Amino acid sequence: MTLAANPLDTLGQPLKRKEDPRFITGTGRYLDDITLPGMTHLVVLRSPYAHARIRSINTSVAKTMPGVVAVYTGADTAEVNPLPCAWAAGGVENHLDTPRILTPDVARWTGDAVAAVVAETRAQAVDAAAAIDVDYEPLPVVVNAEEALKPGAPQLHENAPSNIEAQWSCGDAAGTAQAIGSAEVVVRQRIVNQRLIPNPMETRGSIGSFDAGTGEYTVWMTSQAPHVMRLLITAFVLGIPEHKMRCISPDVGGGFGSKIFLYHDMPLVAWISKQLGRPVKFVETRSENYQATTHGRDHITDIEVAGSRDGVITGLRVKTIANMGAYLSTIAPGIPTTLYGRLLSGAYRFPNIFCEVTNVYTNTAMVDAYRGAGRPEATYVVERAIDLFADEIGMDPAEVRRRNFIPPDAFPYDPKVLTGPTGLTLKYDSGNYAPALDRALEMAGYADQATAKAEAASRGKLLGFGLSSYIEICGVAPSKWIGLPGEGWGAGLWESANIRVHLTGKVVVTTGSQNHGQGHETTMAQIVGARLGIPVEDVLVEHSDTSGTPFGYGTYGSRSGAVGGIAAYNAAEKVRDKAKRLAAHMLEANPEDMEYDDGTAFVRGSPDRAKTIAEIALAASVGYDLPAGMEPFLDETAYYDPPNCTYPFGTHVAMVEVDRETGHVDLVRYIGVDDVGKKINPLVVDGQLHGGIAQGVGQALWEGAVYDDSGQLLSGTMMDYALPRASRLPSFELDETVTPSPVNPLGIKGAGEAGTIGSAAAVVNAVVDALSDFGIRHIDMPLTDQTVWRAMRVAEAGGAGGDVRGAAEGRA
Amino acid sequence: MSEEGATVEVAVVVNGTPRTVAVEPRKLLVQLLRDDLGLTGTHIGCDTSQCGACTVHVDGQAVKSCAVLAVQVDGSAVTTIEGIGSEGALHPLQDAFWTNHGLQCGFCTPGMIMCAADLLARDPDPDEPTVRHAIEGNVCRCTGYHNIVRSVMAAAAAMRDAEAGTSQPTATAQPSAS
Repeated sequence: MTLAANPLDTLGQPLKRKEDPRFITGTGRYLDDITLPGMTHLVVLRSPYAHARIRSINTSVAKTMPGVVAVYTGADTAEVNPLPCAWAAGGVENHLDTPRILTPDVARWTGDAVAAVVAETRAQAVDAAAAIDVDYEPLPVVVNAEEALKPGAPQLHENAPSNIEAQWSCGDAAGTAQAIGSAEVVVRQRIVNQRLIPNPMETRGSIGSFDAGTGEYTVWMTSQAPHVMRLLITAFVLGIPEHKMRCISPDVGGGFGSKIFLYHDMPLVAWISKQLGRPVKFVETRSENYQATTHGRDHITDIEVAGSRDGVITGLRVKTIANMGAYLSTIAPGIPTTLYGRLLSGAYRFPNIFCEVTNVYTNTAMVDAYRGAGRPEATYVVERAIDLFADEIGMDPAEVRRRNFIPPDAFPYDPKVLTGPTGLTLKYDSGNYAPALDRALEMAGYADQATAKAEAASRGKLLGFGLSSYIEICGVAPSKWIGLPGEGWGAGLWESANIRVHLTGKVVVTTGSQNHGQGHETTMAQIVGARLGIPVEDVLVEHSDTSGTPFGYGTYGSRSGAVGGIAAYNAAEKVRDKAKRLAAHMLEANPEDMEYDDGTAFVRGSPDRAKTIAEIALAASVGYDLPAGMEPFLDETAYYDPPNCTYPFGTHVAMVEVDRETGHVDLVRYIGVDDVGKKINPLVVDGQLHGGIAQGVGQALWEGAVYDDSGQLLSGTMMDYALPRASRLPSFELDETVTPSPVNPLGIKGAGEAGTIGSAAAVVNAVVDALSDFGIRHIDMPLTDQTVWRAMRVAEAGGAGGDVRGAAEGRA
Repeated sequence: MSEEGATVEVAVVVNGTPRTVAVEPRKLLVQLLRDDLGLTGTHIGCDTSQCGACTVHVDGQAVKSCAVLAVQVDGSAVTTIEGIGSEGALHPLQDAFWTNHGLQCGFCTPGMIMCAADLLARDPDPDEPTVRHAIEGNVCRCTGYHNIVRSVMAAAAAMRDAEAGTSQPTATAQPSAS
């Protein structure tokens, strides 16, 4: 045999990625690298006002500018439907308002699209857009969601009184009220989870091309979910048959959630390409990405945590105002409801939880999923609540966590808040939380923190330790739980995979999942290669093209491995089954006696009576001699709908030094002990954790999307929005525990969002710990030098314990 | 607004090949490379020279090609990611980024490698803080920089070993024409 000794070993091995050679040599193919014959360029004119009525638009000068092919306004696209909202908050009344491909009458945020200019070159389109004369009537503006709820606040949409999109709740109102009313200790705190800008390094874009001969459209897009986009563009927006459009995501330069959604430019380029009979390309500038692509987070939350002085928490009540922005992005209402409220038990056996959420429209960019999507916000609430409670009763926060952890013998565990409107209950699949906590504390030298703090103090530094014992809901999601009757998601969330074993034994796998940096081309090949006993080099993974891959829901919610990967696994099982039946025929053996291992189907107990997968694939392909009723070719498709989500967990410890004089926070060490179940490729998993941690640290210390009161985005360029830089981060210290998930045969859980979910709370807890001598118990993110400095000075002046609002750091 | 049609000829050696291109005076070097020469490995990630995705070498020094006008490189030698190594003959940095999982989505990678090559040409044995400082002008949103730093350190070690030993590195950090 030419196969490796045991190809199964590739599962769990840190293989170098198959997709990397093109990226390290500059031969990757991202959207803006594509040029089509006759291609034109689209530039979008966006409203400079956060709220304004459009009185008139004069495009006459622009239309005569050099190179201009066409100029369109909302009047020209009036017959095109608004974009759909695919996830209304489950079980409650929703007031849905979504954007048009060009706004016809009122601009509701400074990114709202007012006109579209098409020219021979991008520069010509930019020039012409500047020559469009729009007469605006400015309207009152509201950017803060709490302000938007007040009487007399500017109203954005007629069908949403008080700017309320939906009011949603979960948990036990009466039980929690009773627990809080009768508790020995109750701690109350308002915390703000500030608005963030996702910042994939590649901005968004789309290319539309219409073939007049076939009547078919092709749309290239920087999308995490091209199959879903095709459905939404054709059936919901343009009203054309779904099969008349092909959507392709080429190489995509990151997304972090912001590229899941349908944006106005996607149907717009398709529509324009038909009008003009020429392809048209749209690519955002970075500043435009900040203005017009979705943001994340933006919660104002009041928490009440109740318990006894022996450290046992008996109730958690959470009231959150979630800023939706000016309209609803594709799945926005589901993020601060299902993906937030249902995680509020965290890693803890809280007997009573109640959560109320109000989704609110404001004159700001739309807010939707950003890495973690609701779950970082929930984890931040829970992990801050634990520390606030520990501080109140004077107990070590590690000990409070330990006393409230769900014990390992309580799994599968029902946190109660995971039960949706249909009564269908999801339970945490598996977990053992204390060992990860213990290991993280050991790595951090937590037991000897007094010595470390004294050493730091001798240098004028305040050393703080911050813990976060997070859990995550990954592998989203069982369709019957999350779908319309339950959580309100307007579709399913299964995933697909197809495997074809060609005549020469080479394999092509297609997945409905979408790779934009996560390593699908390697990890899917590892799963399929391992199950079929075929070298990873001989397995090609194709994705992200609606032509040639089965329908799939795409990549988000840490679902590519735990859902998409299992679809690939199941397709491989079907191939193995057929291979065994065909080998039995070839060997004149009983199919019941066949086994498959290491790329070979053989008769049980007689390993010399065997056929290799290459021999079987050849026989199946030529089809000269098949068992009665068997179709030729090894070609199998699987659709996998998970029976449950998966629930990774871990403990992170951040160690920060705060400069007493300047307020500067230095993240000196970051320790993560994560349990993501079994790993397909630890190199890839650790990379996901690193990146996730950096994004959470970025939120904790530097990042923030800031609007002024008139709705201007002050953090409007990469010069003004402080992204994590290499010089400001340490190398991360990671370890693991492994608690396989019983939900799927590979025991995997998911890791894409874990780092982000755990890290923001760890860093903030560390800074608050460092400032404990000042009596400071909470500071809102981001914890910039100025914010921390002010908190210390206010505390010294006798104002300790109050709220200190964070302010995003501009990059000097 | 541009003076439509007014162009200037730029003569530049790109990855060792002399090229002459007529450009609008307002055209940026990154646009010359991507749009006129089809070298799409150099990426555009921002509009304020913050992200470093467009980093290339001009006469041996790393520059952000969005901050240079095309006319400014007349008479210069430019090296891009396509010129530093190829799939059959990877530059030690390319090899190290692959081995150490120093990339995820790959969008920042060409600029990151060109920036790191500039560092290693100046300092063949940088410590971790030096590496972190050197790549501060290049933003990566995927990796948290952890494996990028490991990659650069590993490439530095490999290049030092190659320098000290009999074997030669597959490519040097110096541009081909200088």
